[in-house]
Amino acid sequence: MNSAVVRLDGVALDVGAQKVLRGISLAIPRGGFRWLLGPSGAGKTSLLRLLHLELRPSEGRLELLGRDVGAASRAALPQLRRRIGMVFQDFRLLPHLSAFDNVALPLRLAGRPEGQIQADVGEILAWVGLRARMHCHPAELSGGEQQRVAIARAVINRPDLLLADEPTGNLDDAQAQRLMLLLGELSRLGTTIVVATHNDTIVARHPAPSVRLAAGRLVSADA
Amino acid sequence: MRDEEAQRERAAARRARRLRPARSDDLGLRRGVARKLMPFMVAAMAFLASLALAGAIAAAAFSRQWQEGPAAALTVQVPDPAARATDAPQSRLDRVVALLRASPGIAHVDALSHAQIAKLLQPWLGSAATQGLALPAVVAVRAEGAGPPLAEVTAELRAAAPGTLVDSHGDWTRRIATLAHSIQALAWAMLALVTGVAAAVVTIATRAGLVQRRDAVLLVHGLGATDADIARRFAARATRLAFAGGLGGTAVALPVLAGLAALAAPLIGGIADPAAWMPALPRALWLGLAAIPLVCAALGFATAQVTVRAWLRPLP
Repeated sequence: MNSAVVRLDGVALDVGAQKVLRGISLAIPRGGFRWLLGPSGAGKTSLLRLLHLELRPSEGRLELLGRDVGAASRAALPQLRRRIGMVFQDFRLLPHLSAFDNVALPLRLAGRPEGQIQADVGEILAWVGLRARMHCHPAELSGGEQQRVAIARAVINRPDLLLADEPTGNLDDAQAQRLMLLLGELSRLGTTIVVATHNDTIVARHPAPSVRLAAGRLVSADA
Repeated sequence: MRDEEAQRERAAARRARRLRPARSDDLGLRRGVARKLMPFMVAAMAFLASLALAGAIAAAAFSRQWQEGPAAALTVQVPDPAARATDAPQSRLDRVVALLRASPGIAHVDALSHAQIAKLLQPWLGSAATQGLALPAVVAVRAEGAGPPLAEVTAELRAAAPGTLVDSHGDWTRRIATLAHSIQALAWAMLALVTGVAAAVVTIATRAGLVQRRDAVLLVHGLGATDADIARRFAARATRLAFAGGLGGTAVALPVLAGLAALAAPLIGGIADPAAWMPALPRALWLGLAAIPLVCAALGFATAQVTVRAWLRPLP
């Protein structure tokens, strides 16, 4: 349990007067894959935002990648964030940047040399089937293509923790299958993955331990 | 085969060139309203700052000119100048001149001749009218440094030649000095005000930029950008725009200042040369004008840094 990449101990989250999460305790080891399940409003996205360090817990202890987030200084968090990839439900691509530049963003923030960026981004865009569209801006891409760009951006720097909020929502079956293969491969390589989804079909096709929430509380968490 | 490789390399270089520019503008700062607004606002402030700076320097020169000119002059009138002084075997005029020459803070003493006095009075009394008049002697005195201790010198002169009048032009020279100092103070206050307004303009433009790009900033923050990374991007942009605005405003102010300098040259001891493409501006003003775009750039940089960091601070 000491090697847990994600560890929550009695975590609660208040947003204004609203109690969004209550008493969440769970641990996910390195390389672990978890489905994050539950009905709309259960708190899945809020839990992902906590894990992405967009929010800080109101109560309890949150440990990510071996760091106690509550005790970490604000200046230490960017370094931690660079080790976490996130696929947002609404993609959050920057509209003024090409697909290439959107994907290259995490590498450029990390200060990677441009030559390496060109090679890595080209490779990942080829993998998601968008090499020919790398100069297109998000407005010129379909919903599925945008989602693939968002996925490429989340995995480009081989994160230690990958979070995904409904990543298959805009993908066709074949693309969803390819994404799941990629996630499986990343998990095997040691990336810890948490995927929030409503898609029962994909969960049934890719059985894995799950964390289930309801009304902001943990209903069940597979080991 | 080599040709193909070379072609591939050229194509890769072309692609790299096409992709590279976005790196410096991840947040899309080149597209904002601030791009158009900020340089004009800063240019207006730089124009006003140039005028205020010129006002401060001109007022200082004017004040110095008067300190060294009319304010340094004293006029001494000695009635009945040929009569014997009360404290020495000399005429009253000679005694007054001797006492003045012996006083500290006096550079030059010149007793006007009767002809010079008559010439001075001629416009008012006519050429013949002064001949029968018992005119007082007039002594023109030029002070140096802080000038003579006026009360003591006056008392000494009056003891030697009762009825002697010492006119230090004190009242109106004091007023002119006060006016010059007031203009200087006003000009410095205006510079401070203009600097404050320019900082406010940069703050508002930066905050507008942050609000306009809120999603992009939050995304980049979430991807692991530090506050310094994000602030640097905004500050670099604000620095460039403020420098351009400062340069433009100063350039527009230059012909205005040249015109004013040509008008003011005789008042501050210079001579307007109609053949010169621009009247000689004081060196201090040239240096000040050259510094304005740099100060604008520094102000843009510092203000944007502070504004962005303050905006980011509440984020986790």
